Amino acid sequence: MTSSAVTPLVERPDDAPPPAPRGRRRRRRTTDLTPVAGLGLGITMLWFSLLVLIPLLAVVVQASEGGWQAYWEALTSPQTAAALRLTVSQALLVTLVNIVMGTAIAWVLVRDRFWGKQFLEVVIDIPFALPTIVAGLVLLSLYGPSSPLGVDWANTRVAVFLAFLFVTLPFVVRTVQPVLIELEPEVEEAAASLGASRFTTFRTIILPSLAPAITSGAALSFARGISEYGSLVLLSGNLPYSTEVASVRILSYVEGDKLMEAAAVASILLVVALVVIVVLDIISRSVARHG
Amino acid sequence: MSITTRRRVLQAAAGAIALGLTATLSGCVGGAAQPASDASGTTTLHLVGFAVPKEANNAIQKKFAETPEGKGVVWEESYGASGDQSRAVANGLKADYVNFSLEGDVTRLVKAGLVDTTWKDGPTKGIVSDSVVVIVVPKGNPQGIKCWDDLVKPGIKLITPNPASSGSARWNILAAYQQVIASGGSEADAKAYLTKLFNNVVALPGSGRDATNAFLEGSGNVLISYENEAILARQSGEDFDYIVPNATLKIENPGAVLKDADPKAKAYLDFVLNTAGQEEFVKKGFRPVVKDTPVGTVEGANDPTKPFPVPSKLFTIADLGGWDAVNTKFFEENTGIVPQIQKATGKSQ
Amino acid sequence: MADSLTTSAAPTRPARGKVVTVRSRSPFRWVLRLIVIAYLFFLVIWPVTLVAKATFSRGLAPVLDALQQPEVIFAFKLTLSVAFWAVVINTAFGIVVSLLLVRYTFPGRRALSAMIDVPLSVSPIVVGLALLLVYSGRTGWIGGALESAGLQVIYAPPGIIMATAFVSLPLVIRELVPVLTEIGTDSEQAARSLGASPLQAFLSITLPAIKWALLYGVVLSLARSLGEFGAVKIVSGGVAMRTQTATLLVEERYQQFGPENTITAYTAALILALIAVLALVVVTSLRPKENSQ
Repeated sequence: MTSSAVTPLVERPDDAPPPAPRGRRRRRRTTDLTPVAGLGLGITMLWFSLLVLIPLLAVVVQASEGGWQAYWEALTSPQTAAALRLTVSQALLVTLVNIVMGTAIAWVLVRDRFWGKQFLEVVIDIPFALPTIVAGLVLLSLYGPSSPLGVDWANTRVAVFLAFLFVTLPFVVRTVQPVLIELEPEVEEAAASLGASRFTTFRTIILPSLAPAITSGAALSFARGISEYGSLVLLSGNLPYSTEVASVRILSYVEGDKLMEAAAVASILLVVALVVIVVLDIISRSVARHG
Repeated sequence: MSITTRRRVLQAAAGAIALGLTATLSGCVGGAAQPASDASGTTTLHLVGFAVPKEANNAIQKKFAETPEGKGVVWEESYGASGDQSRAVANGLKADYVNFSLEGDVTRLVKAGLVDTTWKDGPTKGIVSDSVVVIVVPKGNPQGIKCWDDLVKPGIKLITPNPASSGSARWNILAAYQQVIASGGSEADAKAYLTKLFNNVVALPGSGRDATNAFLEGSGNVLISYENEAILARQSGEDFDYIVPNATLKIENPGAVLKDADPKAKAYLDFVLNTAGQEEFVKKGFRPVVKDTPVGTVEGANDPTKPFPVPSKLFTIADLGGWDAVNTKFFEENTGIVPQIQKATGKSQ
Repeated sequence: MADSLTTSAAPTRPARGKVVTVRSRSPFRWVLRLIVIAYLFFLVIWPVTLVAKATFSRGLAPVLDALQQPEVIFAFKLTLSVAFWAVVINTAFGIVVSLLLVRYTFPGRRALSAMIDVPLSVSPIVVGLALLLVYSGRTGWIGGALESAGLQVIYAPPGIIMATAFVSLPLVIRELVPVLTEIGTDSEQAARSLGASPLQAFLSITLPAIKWALLYGVVLSLARSLGEFGAVKIVSGGVAMRTQTATLLVEERYQQFGPENTITAYTAALILALIAVLALVVVTSLRPKENSQ
């Protein structure tokens, strides 16, 4: 039972020629592009640069406008540092919750059968389909001042947590589900017949196969969390040092005509996201290799 | 239905929807609205303004259309947070007439070369409407607020817009600060007051309107806002009370015509500064800048027959040293009074 | 043998797999089911129902009125057409890039595949800011030149399309790459050796094999494009009847006083959500129950 291709964008199918020297990708020659493919690559790269690479480069350039000193000062200014800490910590917390609940939800959706299960499938998609500003409205109605539950978590850190949780719901679920479907029950049944408890089976057989999917979903969940903005507009109150997240801080800088500082915070968010994605990719790849 | 039949039906439906959508949409974008001003005799003017005077501007536009200069004028408008809008115009958003919350938002356009430096030279110094900072409380005033000092009592949950992202939020903070001095206190007293005030703040929504909405939903029990905002909300059916404090800040909102604007835009500005235009502002709760504007009854005001009480100590931005000085002293990132207070109070939350 | 359809990291509605027989009705199963249902109920189901109720709190009439306002109709037309173009661009881009990434080697391939994921993690504010820095008519790197040539990007529909395309860029690719990886090139090579041109091979062999993944990616793209708010807010200018999209309309109306405005905001919000959810449901129910092979 292999679980290849965690980051599906990079792995080759198993029927490709095996890697020659260990740890290096095969390279017959540096490229095997046909002229047509080369043209396709050129056009798509042009578009990709115009749309993504150059604008992001402009942000980086803007961030470096004042030199390293100014960049560092922008990041460590107390209010900004607080906003970054809040954003990253809440995103991490939410990711942890998503790892557990996402797997649980995927499990129930795949392994369980009950009336109304299809309805739950649609429910999982709702946070992805909902515009973020509507997500804020939606959460406000249940957890804000006019809540039928009697709680009022608007303008608190709980609101930030809830907003992140809402928008990141689908990610782990949807990465784990396909893998869960593929798992063959025979191995689990064999383990059970040998006397393994349910928990042991889960821990030693199921979890390792799910691990790459879970980490991949967790990476997405984290990246999505730290960049969230729309749902917090109405919900969080933007209190400095308390409920102000990094996106709001960026906006405040832009509003104050402080583009360098805005770009600095933006660049840090980008770096954090990239680091987390890469780390999780490495983890999942090593688990896949040994799993 | 068998599975195959059902699937075929669904596929057909999906196909039909997709086809229909593509057919209707592929012509749709690009010139998304009809290109304006092609009908003979119509001029399109572009108004970019802050959200609060939208209704007032719309009313003035209607009246303007009844005048000879205003005949045939069609409007394209964009409303939003004052700073956002100002920046958008500086970045290229088409505008003929702008109406912002702060003078600084027009100065930005002067610096960008879009507005002439003489925009302030008129009799009203570029201002098109006035208001004052007021304290808004729920109906019946359950906390018994009478003046600024009551806002620092325990149990007060204050909402005011975020001074970092809302320029118009700055009116509120400055009013709260200066009223101490206007009533005889020292700078140190004013700073102490402001610190206690921030301790009671529970939310800093992005804009003045966001703050009003947050208050109306029950997020806090006191809101610092603008008199015109309070009056307009009450006109729209919201039910609450507001207090015009004895010592408060005069809010002055500028309006300006851009250098390359259609000449009718200047005619519009003149109309706005006319008593006819000012009357429409008054009806929406703004204080007129032109003397002799008939005031009449203003629905929504505390006393509709005397809607604009004059506070005994009314101060202006000029009394505080002008916006440049104020922005540096109060709002500069690490050194300004407000960020420092936020740091001190934020750490203890 | 489980090397087939592996994780695609965007939310994937999986092809329904083999049904794993339930071994026993243990209490654990019930507990887990309850926990999951409760979680989803409090996080998604109840809040969304509350908003739906609020929309119809004054009956159907105000909702219908809201839907007939010219600004609302225009905003939806604009949103739908922007989403359409963004999806078309991303689909074309997605198919080509997926084929390139899976079938060919070239320098920078791994860097490209990593960069493709970036738009998913960029805050919408940053997206808007980035596009503004480059394409703004007065201060942008390229924007000035473009505008003198007559192409206005920022504060016009092209800018909105670009912002929307940016945020939904990876979605089609993440659906296609696993499938393309899995199906390999054997059938296509066979077709080619029998004399089919590359295009013919693509259309008759590859496309049918990837069609469900492609369709799902398209629908995900559509859902994301319909709902984009933050980035569009910065690049569009929000001029009613010209560049105000449905999400911007929701924000504007929500901020205005008066119950009619609130109901208009909620109505527009619900319609946006409904379109997206409907599209997702339709595609998923059409997807064949066996593993897509």
